[in-house]
Amino acid sequence: MKARTLLDKLWDSHVIQQYENGWALLHIDRQLLHDLSGTASLNALSSRGLGVHNPELVYATPDHAVSSAPGRDAFTYETGGKLWKRLHNLTRQENIRFFDIGQQGHGIVHVMAPELGLVLPGLTVICGDSHTCTNGALGALAFGVGSSELAHALATQTLKQRKPKSMRIRFEGMLSAGVTAKDLILYTIGRLGVAAGTGYAIEYAGPVVRQLSMEQRMTLCNLSIEFGAKMGFIAPDKTTFEYIKERQYAPKEDMWDQACESWDTLSSDADARFDREVVIDASKVGQMITWGISPEHVIAIDQNIPDVDESLDDSVRQARQTASEYMGLTPGAPLAGTPVDRVFIGSCTNARLSDLVEAAQVIQGHHVAEHIKAWVVPGSEVVKREAQALGLDVVFKNAGFEWREPGCSMCVAANGEVGQPGERIVSTTNRNFVGRQGPGVRTHLASPRVAAACALAGVITGAKGS
Amino acid sequence: MEKIRIIQGCVANLHRDNLDTDTIIRIERLSTVERSELGRYAFEALRYGKNKEADPSFPYNQAVFAHAPILTAGKNFGCGSSREGAVWALASLGVRCVIAPSFGEIFHNNCFQNGLLPIVLPEDEVESIESLTGNGEALTVNLEAQQILLPNNKIIDFQMDGRRRDALLEGRDDIEQTLMLDEQIRAWQTQDRQARPWVWLEIAKKQ
Repeated sequence: MKARTLLDKLWDSHVIQQYENGWALLHIDRQLLHDLSGTASLNALSSRGLGVHNPELVYATPDHAVSSAPGRDAFTYETGGKLWKRLHNLTRQENIRFFDIGQQGHGIVHVMAPELGLVLPGLTVICGDSHTCTNGALGALAFGVGSSELAHALATQTLKQRKPKSMRIRFEGMLSAGVTAKDLILYTIGRLGVAAGTGYAIEYAGPVVRQLSMEQRMTLCNLSIEFGAKMGFIAPDKTTFEYIKERQYAPKEDMWDQACESWDTLSSDADARFDREVVIDASKVGQMITWGISPEHVIAIDQNIPDVDESLDDSVRQARQTASEYMGLTPGAPLAGTPVDRVFIGSCTNARLSDLVEAAQVIQGHHVAEHIKAWVVPGSEVVKREAQALGLDVVFKNAGFEWREPGCSMCVAANGEVGQPGERIVSTTNRNFVGRQGPGVRTHLASPRVAAACALAGVITGAKGS
Repeated sequence: MEKIRIIQGCVANLHRDNLDTDTIIRIERLSTVERSELGRYAFEALRYGKNKEADPSFPYNQAVFAHAPILTAGKNFGCGSSREGAVWALASLGVRCVIAPSFGEIFHNNCFQNGLLPIVLPEDEVESIESLTGNGEALTVNLEAQQILLPNNKIIDFQMDGRRRDALLEGRDDIEQTLMLDEQIRAWQTQDRQARPWVWLEIAKKQ
């Protein structure tokens, strides 16, 4: 039999009907609904008089438009409250599990779903959210869709998709001390460019990936869409199984053994051919930070902002000029030492327990610079409670951070939590687009360690030690 | 969904690479503004200056291009967030066709769900369209023939997935079609419950 990639295995096992040109009707095993796209797709469905095909495979939580203010309720942000109410009512009507704020299980969709054991190896997972690729870390075929496609999946439990090309990115060597999965993937995007993954499904592989924890793998897969790939995944292994075992919705007892046996087959065959192969030497990766308005505008913290000169292609020069102007930076100058106004630690990229532990290690016993406004927004209710049990909330609060309630918050700024025009924010999130964190706001993407170090110094700087 | 056959009109040139869906429409607008009104907020950050005054260099602020049904863009147009509101905002602005060297994948998919035609052309061809339509000259896009008629009467052919082209021509929605396969879907599921029982959780108890 022809050698198969992991993509082939994940894809082929879900084909209900094959069409021409690589199109197929795929079974969808999990839909995750949030308060923006989930509400929109349920509305679309009910306006057409259609029901949900398999409500037992659909899970909802309000994350985008809920306030993260301490002591919040669903209506603290009023606009979000309306969305919350619709999602709450529609899921109840359709018999869909709803993980409400304040309950165990609430959180950013891509944090709570793996945490509950809802995402498993070999599943197809969709959500009306481009960062659904995060869930590929568990060996799932997980991808973001628009609300119309989501409505299609709710009505039929299937989606028509065209099979993507396959790309394997192998991370060789070893990460240096103090360098994280966030640095690794930002470096990779800087190397490959922001559209290199378009049309591809990415398999992350190699010795470095094998050594990453599940949470770091989620950070890695989370940024797949930031270089254009709808899906990015990692073959499941012992780390994966240990992470899943005993989680609330994970298979138990005999069914666990049966599942593991099946999941063991989920890796690319040794002689499988990929449409593109990339090798990245992880030992060359330093602590990274973005300087511009695209995730590919990224440098190591001790590097200078790229210069703009006549030798460059017109479009590159223009893009760099536009980016430097928006960011209020000088091409060719160092980035380190640039004053920062705010620091945000949160998002489906970097708000899991280990992310908060890493940031807390940097700030323990220190205080944020006087002018800095710093927030921590845990990724889920469970993360919040576990962090509090470790006393991390106290560490952050003593250091001058606000310890807030779980949700997407300032990553996507859909809940009224925005920066002021011109403010410079070091953020552990995934997008530094123009106005992403509020009109005129300047976003620098970095790891939790780097963000924490910047909060203390009040300027852009790396984190010391490991 | 409205059928697409011929799209004719002037061309707004937004030639800039990596225009993301956050820039096409801010997420805040999606929860506060009706879908049909989103056009007023499309490209907000590019269209208005710091004091909210309209930037005269932006095509949709110019009388000639204010209702341009065709938009040309740079590489990777619509990258980033999956928000379908980006397509709704363009549609509300009056855009029916976007021509670019490449697109963000989820945005590209969302176009087909809403009767917006995305055309991929090599960069030099996009540039030649831009240079021929800078004063408001009209293009004619013929989806059935997969051809673009330029103001100088030259013709550019474009490629498009046949399945997707036909769906746009017929204004077809996939849901109805897929529901016709429901028996096949349910048979697949019955088999899958045996093969992968761990996928299939119990239906939640009524709350």
